[in-house]
Amino acid sequence: MQQDVIRVQSADFDVAHEYQRLAGQPQIGAVVMFVGRVRDLSANADLHALHLEHYPAMTERALQQLVQAARARWQLDAVTIIHRVGRLAPAEQIVLVLTASPHRDTAYEANRYLMDYLKTAAPFWKKEITRHGEAWVEARASDEQARARWET
Amino acid sequence: MLTILYFARLRDVLGCASETLATPPATVRDLIALLVARGGVWQAELGGARVFRVAINQEMAQLDDAIPAGAEVAIFPPVTGG
Repeated sequence: MQQDVIRVQSADFDVAHEYQRLAGQPQIGAVVMFVGRVRDLSANADLHALHLEHYPAMTERALQQLVQAARARWQLDAVTIIHRVGRLAPAEQIVLVLTASPHRDTAYEANRYLMDYLKTAAPFWKKEITRHGEAWVEARASDEQARARWET
Repeated sequence: MLTILYFARLRDVLGCASETLATPPATVRDLIALLVARGGVWQAELGGARVFRVAINQEMAQLDDAIPAGAEVAIFPPVTGG
């Protein structure tokens, strides 16, 4: 049985709750959970917040397509993607990707695949709100390269 | 009729979140050429070295893709979620 959860929301999510959903399913031998958080690596705590914008009509469909593509490559018992939008303070959670499968290699690989594609194909944009003003985050070539690894 | 949506940095720079065109161009390439012909920020953002993405009816599209009647076309910067 496929158990996919895809949500785009402004509210925070509870990793323990999302994991608990898989309780009592002995076919699931491995669960990988990735959480992306708002970071501030500046020396002076310059970042006040991130603002996450998205394209509502497209976002969930794009995420659904990513999950379908992952399912075509790997045997997955459950996939959860939760992505937050709106204003997020440093250290807040942005995204959860959970992959569950009989074996760890599958869970690890599928999780990484989903994150690599999410970062390059799902219509979200980050704006940094700092003490110096506001600026849209530029896409990184390293994210494109990470996705390209899956296409060879 | 064609609806065009702009997102994130492109929306801010172009000063436009959405617009409609009564006579839609045949392809994405034709649409971009029409927008670039407006000059100014339109030319700077869509006619030069800056990278942008296009979606037709909420699906990622390429320059040579045809634009169907009544389509919703979105133009936006490379995505930065996750």
